[in-house]
Amino acid sequence: MKSKRLDLSSRRPINQDSFIQEWPETGLILFNSPFDPKPGIRISQGRLCELDGKPEAEFDLIDRFIARYAIDLARAEEAMALDSTEVARRLIDVDVPRRELVELFGALTPAKIVEVVNRLNTVEMMMALQKMRARRTPSNQAHVTNRKENPALLAADAAEAVERGFSELETTVGVSRYAPFNALALLIGSQTGRGTALTQCAVEEALSLKLALLGLTTYAETLSVYGTEKAFHDGDDTPWSKAFLASAYASRGVKVRFTSGTGSEALMGHAEAKSMLYLEARCLVAIKGAGSQGVQNGSISCIALPESLPGGVRGVLAENLIATLLDLELASGNDALASHSPIRKSAKLMLQFLPGTDYIFSGYSSMPKEDNLFGGGNFDAHDLDDYNVLQRDMQVDGGLRPVSDEAVLKVRRRAAQAVQAVFRQLELPPVSDAEVEAATRAESSADMPERDVVGDLEAAGRFLEEGRSGLDVIRALAREGFDDIARKVLALQKLRLSGDHLQTSAMVLPGPRVVSAVNDPNDYRGPGTGYSLSPERRQEIASLNQALDPREIGREPSSQSGGFLRETGEARPGTDPREIVIALGPAFGAELRATLLGIPHQEVLQAMIDGIRAEGLRPRVVKIYATSDCGFIGHRGAQLSGSGISIGIQSKGTTIIHQRDLEPLNNLELFPQAPNLDLSSYRTIGQNAAKYAKGEPVAPVPTRIDNTARLKYIVRTTVLHLHETRQVVKDRKPRELDWSPIQAEVGSEAVEKVAQG
Amino acid sequence: MSNITDDYPLSEKRPDRLTTPTGASWTDIDLQSVLDGALGMSDLRIAPETLELQARIAESAGRSQLAENLRRAAELVGVPEARILEVYQALRPGRSTPGELESLADELESQYRADRCARFLREAAQAYAS
Repeated sequence: MKSKRLDLSSRRPINQDSFIQEWPETGLILFNSPFDPKPGIRISQGRLCELDGKPEAEFDLIDRFIARYAIDLARAEEAMALDSTEVARRLIDVDVPRRELVELFGALTPAKIVEVVNRLNTVEMMMALQKMRARRTPSNQAHVTNRKENPALLAADAAEAVERGFSELETTVGVSRYAPFNALALLIGSQTGRGTALTQCAVEEALSLKLALLGLTTYAETLSVYGTEKAFHDGDDTPWSKAFLASAYASRGVKVRFTSGTGSEALMGHAEAKSMLYLEARCLVAIKGAGSQGVQNGSISCIALPESLPGGVRGVLAENLIATLLDLELASGNDALASHSPIRKSAKLMLQFLPGTDYIFSGYSSMPKEDNLFGGGNFDAHDLDDYNVLQRDMQVDGGLRPVSDEAVLKVRRRAAQAVQAVFRQLELPPVSDAEVEAATRAESSADMPERDVVGDLEAAGRFLEEGRSGLDVIRALAREGFDDIARKVLALQKLRLSGDHLQTSAMVLPGPRVVSAVNDPNDYRGPGTGYSLSPERRQEIASLNQALDPREIGREPSSQSGGFLRETGEARPGTDPREIVIALGPAFGAELRATLLGIPHQEVLQAMIDGIRAEGLRPRVVKIYATSDCGFIGHRGAQLSGSGISIGIQSKGTTIIHQRDLEPLNNLELFPQAPNLDLSSYRTIGQNAAKYAKGEPVAPVPTRIDNTARLKYIVRTTVLHLHETRQVVKDRKPRELDWSPIQAEVGSEAVEKVAQG
Repeated sequence: MSNITDDYPLSEKRPDRLTTPTGASWTDIDLQSVLDGALGMSDLRIAPETLELQARIAESAGRSQLAENLRRAAELVGVPEARILEVYQALRPGRSTPGELESLADELESQYRADRCARFLREAAQAYAS
């Protein structure tokens, strides 16, 4: 049986996630499987003949590959002899430079690397990641797909993603024959705005290579690696075939990174009872041996599997860290949906976001989740504002920037128009004006007109058969007047000649200018070193669209007229036991005209007056100048009141009922939450004040509890109170006021004289 | 002696050293030459010499395996794409006998002077066989 509260808790998003205990025999364990090998190495005559306790005769293909290509045998014996805790300490010792550690880890075996990393707690791993990532400047990659595979929408989404700061874009296909068009749309969209990005299309290896050779994509990320031979076999590859493919891409000047991640072997049923992290370490060492410049890992599409286990999120951070220890470019996951719980997702993200990686996401869903053909996206288009706020909160460069609505619409429309033009030039099925317009303004592909799928697929097939290339796209763009985009696409194609982006952790900035671990090496050595936000970047991150200028708050052009109050002289203590003093804050009805919620001061005053009159008593209005504090305003009013009862009110609407003989900060009733007060509350406050004066029993004014009131209004409260406080004149005595009643209610009577007692 | 990494990125600092396998130079390639139809995709290919420069840059940054990969790539510049894909296919699990890989290695060596790639294939063949 459950209580109502427990029952509601059990339906929280977190309880839709799966959690399991460890099961080492099947590889369902992050660290320290009892079946994991102990670190060890034996080298004989320059040949590695025992690896982590396994003699050469028992080596599988991965062991052989690692033994032949991955480990620096000249340093291995010395490095392996180091105490693992000592090595772990060096990782977070700011006086041990990165380069020294990279050399050291290049000489360690997978089991030893895991043992070292496992000596670090989560915060230490983050410190190590900050120091060990290869490139100094962090960046970010986006996913760009849609369910209808609409080229105009793909181009518009790509353009927006680049505008927002993503420096790599990845697309994929629902139907693989769409691949050339999807690649084409991304290529155009990515070069439309002021920014630039490399683009890729995740499809089967041969097709992926072909698209790159044709210049329709500019990098690749499909080279998956697994930690056991059987899993590798099921992936239809070997370390040699993958390494050869990497060289093939490089031979055509195309950037490539490998893919691996914890959990894939267990998921494929081939974990061989080894822990996920040990198997991932084997992958990463093999990837280094293959000569890859980098890897995307962080469990990638398997993320929910390690997260079901104890230490899952720490394990994923550990695998990210190992990639950097091996001097590989790191695109650190965060791509697939990792939890139902926004709290858990955000907490997990912090482990990569705060230290920074080469690409914090290896695919942020830049469009809404339902259009993500990679199966979800841990964060999507609707989380971008949250992400920008996180950057601003923590002063962390997460690779993105706030953008104006106008800028977004502008690049989206232009990208869609460019695709329309290229399709026209290349005699592909037409993209209609309606599609361009829809792509500019759409939420998702649900808003896009249907296309002729059969016609598109036929055309895409022909496009590929005819070997249409990036150059055809450039020509088409130029002929249609999109010279700027044509030049940028050409500049990217030309970059192939240089091979600059084949170096570790390369990203392409506008220019195009290549920034990599060669010319932007991570030089973190403790406080005051490494990457820091430039003043311009800090300003960019700070400038959220929704950030207001605090100087403007409370100064909004208002229809509320001032001038309904007129001072008539110094206020003297009254003697009429039937009078209630309403004491106004110094800015009330003058510098400020309305409360926090925007209720006009004139109406608020009228409501309180009406309330007092309804009880048969007489309102008297005074202005307090000596203080802006609600308690003191009320207290001063009470000293002037013939009945000894006053209502004190600040310009922001906070109200108090005070009595002459109470301490200033005591009260009869206090209404500190101005947002919860409406005109009827103010009227009741007037009535209650009168009842206190008459000595009648009083039921306190009912108020609502609004948990978010403070959250919503604290900024406005602060600024309004600031304006009020600026009007304080310490030595100025309270002033007697005439007020103009509200016209509609009192007809032609212009000014009502308040009688003095 | 100046460090080769000072020349990096080549596209900014040493475009004079960049030519294509078809003999076009960096400055030959602009929008006009593309529009004139004077250029094909084959003119937008990296040259083996450039890959060797990048290999040396990688090496001097302490990345010996990356350098080796780039040198294998340099050997593959002259190998037609279809043949590259066939070699890749041959290296996938269960596709070839050791003898078949050996003869591919011979071909790479004799026809394309791709000695590193040939050695790589022979090492694969040996690993697959054991």
